[in-house]
Amino acid sequence: MKLCWFHLMPYRDLPADFRDKHDSVWVTIDSKLFDPVRAHEIYNDSMDELEFAAEMGFDAICVNEHHNNGYGLMPSPNLIAAALSRRTTDVAICVMGNSLALYNPPVRVAEEMAMLDCISGGRLIAGFPVGTPMDTCYAYGQNPSTLRDRYYEANDLIIKAWTEPEVFSWNGRFNQQRYVNIWPRPIQKPHPPVWIPGGGSIETWNFCAEHDYVYAYLSYFGSLSAEETMRGFWNEMARLGKDRNPYRAGFLQFVGVAESRKEALKLYAEAGEYFYRRCLHVAPAFSAAPGYTTEATTRAKIKSQVQQAANYFPELPQTFAQMVDKGYVIVGSPDEVAEQMRGVATRLHIGHLMPNLQFGNMPTDLVRYNTELFAKQVLPQIKDVFDDEWEDHWWPRGMATKPPATRNAPRARGKVVA
Amino acid sequence: MTALNQTTVEINGHPCRVWQKGEGPVLGFVPGYAGLPRWTPFLDELAQTRRVIAPSLPGFPGGTGHGDLDNQLDWVTAARDLLAAAGLHGADMVAAGFGAALVADVAALWPGSVRTLTLIAPFGVYYDDAPIADIWAPRPGPVESILVVDPERYREFVELPDGGDPVEWPIELNRANEAAARYLWPLGNTGLARRLHRIEAPTLLVWGDDDKVVPPVYAERYSQCIKGRTTIRKVAHAGHLAELDQPQQVARHVLEFVAQAA
Repeated sequence: MKLCWFHLMPYRDLPADFRDKHDSVWVTIDSKLFDPVRAHEIYNDSMDELEFAAEMGFDAICVNEHHNNGYGLMPSPNLIAAALSRRTTDVAICVMGNSLALYNPPVRVAEEMAMLDCISGGRLIAGFPVGTPMDTCYAYGQNPSTLRDRYYEANDLIIKAWTEPEVFSWNGRFNQQRYVNIWPRPIQKPHPPVWIPGGGSIETWNFCAEHDYVYAYLSYFGSLSAEETMRGFWNEMARLGKDRNPYRAGFLQFVGVAESRKEALKLYAEAGEYFYRRCLHVAPAFSAAPGYTTEATTRAKIKSQVQQAANYFPELPQTFAQMVDKGYVIVGSPDEVAEQMRGVATRLHIGHLMPNLQFGNMPTDLVRYNTELFAKQVLPQIKDVFDDEWEDHWWPRGMATKPPATRNAPRARGKVVA
Repeated sequence: MTALNQTTVEINGHPCRVWQKGEGPVLGFVPGYAGLPRWTPFLDELAQTRRVIAPSLPGFPGGTGHGDLDNQLDWVTAARDLLAAAGLHGADMVAAGFGAALVADVAALWPGSVRTLTLIAPFGVYYDDAPIADIWAPRPGPVESILVVDPERYREFVELPDGGDPVEWPIELNRANEAAARYLWPLGNTGLARRLHRIEAPTLLVWGDDDKVVPPVYAERYSQCIKGRTTIRKVAHAGHLAELDQPQQVARHVLEFVAQAA
């Protein structure tokens, strides 16, 4: 099994009365809450944490893209990934995504990811999300009715831009370019592994199967609520004649490790409540852009009586203990966490487990503690899961020869005068 | 008044429903938000003295094929073809909200295609100093709180009909929203402002006094830009769907206007 350390990069200073005083953490979040000087610290702490995770031996470090969002400070994950590529040597750099339809032309994604693959020495995992309605339709003004078709076309264009050796013209429905000929090209051939972060839409599963991409279910609600979705995914893979290689799937899980469960409940309560109570305070109006969810998925959801696709955020519990009870966050001693993580991986059949060890306003010292304890005492207990049975075909292949050591520049942190 | 009659026409190879009721000179109607999930009291008022023909735009209830329409030119030509196929070429046309954005463009691009034009709170123009509300993310919502003065009217308008399919009905209603978003996302601005001066037909501009979606001040702005003679009627105790809030009043304005324009 691969353990991929995932950072959402939340703003860590949303006020305690955020839910009462503010309408939404996303799309219309109050800009007056953003302190750029504080963000200087948060960005640098966050990037240090990602680098620390790499040092600690995680298989990948992951970043992702959000817009107008108080819990995701990376409108451009590629900027962060570029810096991480310079500061690390062996870890996979997982850019869990560029929302393809947001880039005009989409070859911009092909170019930047090729740059990242070259800089990192072939360590890039290329995430291709559709993107949430909040990010794509409301923040970026993309048309929800054409978003998916634009996304599919962008995927085809990017893959061709990566793999076609000749200059070509693209005469697409949404994109037309006379000369497609990106410089640079990715190191990994035919192209970096592609992972698709998704919710529970049937089209996404089919898309992953058709293109042989990884499906990464980025849920904030733990493995219990994911069982139905992942069962649906594996049933669909079986129906489409795909093998049950667990490396076809990824799953995000919030985790807090400590000496004991009691200690963990105490240590991570504030960060957990901060995340679920403040960071997920999203105006419901923004979760259902018309046409974003396909009719087939809506129909399936209505019929299966599960939560509506549009309902991104279920009724959220009040206390950390309830969040733990519902399985949103896994906490405990290293042995307890290892057992639970092994359970998540085997029950959902997930080869790429993405522990989120920084969540909410968790301070950087605690992030390091959590990360180190996980790396030293949990990771060794679970990393062998699936390894004797399955091969990971969706992992970066690097360069044929080891990359020359990247020179480590001294950590550059500016001095901010408040 | 005759019974409601339903036929189908094909637009770009996709069937679109055409409803017809009443006798007399033809009067066309293209609806706005939600399309026409059912026949309405407003249309019954008009059908007392006119043959009312209400075709369904692609994607709106009864209409299909919106997924093939990628840009404004696709939409306007589809609307033009639909009106012609429904027998509405050269007719008195009434159009509301989402639908009015397209019918106004048809009138601008094919000046002979409408005899008179009634626009009820049309989309299509967006003035920065009087922004159109975000109808696809009403906050705090629900959407009827900004659509109408009396939310109960809207709920009756969209409620599941007897024998309706409880799975397909909400999907159909949402499809109308998607279709509208397809040509109006995100602001409702189709660039119609640059073409208003081409509208030669006598035009009636109807606005609910309490329209929380497209501000009533747009009526005067449209009036200044449209080439043809314009008449403005603001309707008291009516919201964006003025014809739902005040069916008799709005119908009376329409019928008086088309009679005078004769």
